[in-house]
Amino acid sequence: MILEETYNTKTTDSAEEVYDTVYEPPCTLLDTPMHYCPGCYHSLVHKLMMEVVDEMQIQEQVVGVAPVGCAVFAYEYMDIDMQEAAHGRACAVATAVKRLMPEKYVFTYQGDGDLAAIGIAETIHAINRGENFLIVFVNNAVYGMTSGQMAPTTLPGMLSTTTPTGRDTSFYGQPIKVAELMAQLPGAYYVTRQAVNSANAVRKTKKALLKAFQYQQENKGTCLVEIVSNCPSNWKMTPVECISFINEQMLPVFPVGDIKVPKL
Amino acid sequence: MSNEIRLMKGNEAMAEAAIRAGCDAYFGYPITPQSEVLEYLAREMPKHGRVVLQAESEVASINMVYGAAGAGFRAMTSSSSPGISLMQEGISYIAGAELPCLIANVNRAGPGLGTIQPGQGDYFQSVKGGGHGDYRLIVLAPSSVQEMADHVFLGFDLADKYRNPVMILSDGAVGQMMEKVEFKPYTNPAVDKSGWATVGKPKDRQRHYITSLHIKPEKMEEHNLHLQEKYRRIAEAEVRFEEIKTADAELLFVAYGLSARICQKAVDLLREAGHKVGLLRPISLFPFPEKRLAQLAGQVKQMLCVELNAGQMVEDVRLAVNGKVPVSFYGRMGGMMPTPESIVAHAETLILTRHDS
Repeated sequence: MILEETYNTKTTDSAEEVYDTVYEPPCTLLDTPMHYCPGCYHSLVHKLMMEVVDEMQIQEQVVGVAPVGCAVFAYEYMDIDMQEAAHGRACAVATAVKRLMPEKYVFTYQGDGDLAAIGIAETIHAINRGENFLIVFVNNAVYGMTSGQMAPTTLPGMLSTTTPTGRDTSFYGQPIKVAELMAQLPGAYYVTRQAVNSANAVRKTKKALLKAFQYQQENKGTCLVEIVSNCPSNWKMTPVECISFINEQMLPVFPVGDIKVPKL
Repeated sequence: MSNEIRLMKGNEAMAEAAIRAGCDAYFGYPITPQSEVLEYLAREMPKHGRVVLQAESEVASINMVYGAAGAGFRAMTSSSSPGISLMQEGISYIAGAELPCLIANVNRAGPGLGTIQPGQGDYFQSVKGGGHGDYRLIVLAPSSVQEMADHVFLGFDLADKYRNPVMILSDGAVGQMMEKVEFKPYTNPAVDKSGWATVGKPKDRQRHYITSLHIKPEKMEEHNLHLQEKYRRIAEAEVRFEEIKTADAELLFVAYGLSARICQKAVDLLREAGHKVGLLRPISLFPFPEKRLAQLAGQVKQMLCVELNAGQMVEDVRLAVNGKVPVSFYGRMGGMMPTPESIVAHAETLILTRHDS
């Protein structure tokens, strides 16, 4: 016990003496332990979003909508006003929030089960109306919170607890490519798919999120940022194995890049 | 500001009242027999700078109401039975998250797609929960076009006062009938919602979040107890009913909404024939006038519940009188209306057989 305290005091002192602060987490990301599994990208995406909120200095103008799924507790981590929506209904909730407060920045944060299965009607109609908010769509090809069932985005042949021999596309169809599907709607203003499994990809995702938040000022329609994510627990892979799985299996089906960009 | 008298359909009166009550946002989906509410508001709300939106489904409507109410705005939706069934998940979330809002059900006969004709088969659904979990709606039952309007003002005020969803449970007949309606000047009590509404977090306060999720059982039970305590306060303070000719009544009709209107005529006819009958009309179905019914059970010889269903409210009447007097039921279903004469005939049989025994 005594040894441990001495050790802690020592490192704190020396850290203050020796190092300058070169990096700090965003102010709007609460300093609280997250419930996400080790290696999960949700925490990273949360951080990127709150960095954007900090950089744009819009904490007072942001209202977020959390989903049902692993990110159901997003409001525990983001130091902004938020509403927790019923499963799949985030876009309906966000529609009302934005219509009543058009001057605010509104976003939904949704997973693939929430957005692409139970909530696809709300999503399509919100985008078709050109609702002026941002949809952050985190796609990890599996139901995470309920521990590993097939999602609408599960890859062909991919194992899940409800497709124990792999997703049979003759039985369950092909994975839904949300970004491509939604980009066809006239109300979609900016649609992009990004990843976060490398430093470079993280930087690009951050840029996409920043653009998508900024576009709300133009009041031109819905922005959708799909982020190809992971699920170490339900993919039954280490976080490092997840990186290769995304590169080799996910990205060929869900290629990264802008799908619809504003016409200048 | 003076009173304004209009001739309107029940559904239109409800819509006009919503505007006058300062409803900031209405979200709805067409369904007979209440589409006039959405149509009226689609036409009138933009003139007042309010939000009105035809949603893609009742599921979306109720979740839009959640979003609007969560941001601190007066929000409303309306539908009819099948559409209200679709909203139940959202209503449960709204009750759990304690959001004030107004939901109007212009009840048609069911089950299933049923018919577009009036019914009262949604009593259980409205009063006993409807969605999942332990929660209560404040349920108001208008029996006239005037009350269709009045209950909108009352409903919004009660919703704000208790942070609880309020349901107006009317039916296809009250929604479609045209009557005189008087709009009185109204002042919105403007309940302060700045302590919880999600409008963007300034630096100097904690973040606000709207949720019905309490994953730790201890916290969830604490929230359940808090809700139940609130429902007790509501039951204590917000019981509303009307009594007609009950002072010397020996047979008491108990009926709400449209069936109360029909019973009122039956009471007149039976009084003309020399029978001592009266009517208790619950105006609030939750909270239910159980104390008054228990008192009346010490006075009357029997009660007769008349409903446009197979017998739903009658269970609450029986619970209230707790076996003190016999409680009979008479009803029609499927959108069929009992005539006052058929009610009279049923009551006369009861009077002959029960009063003498």
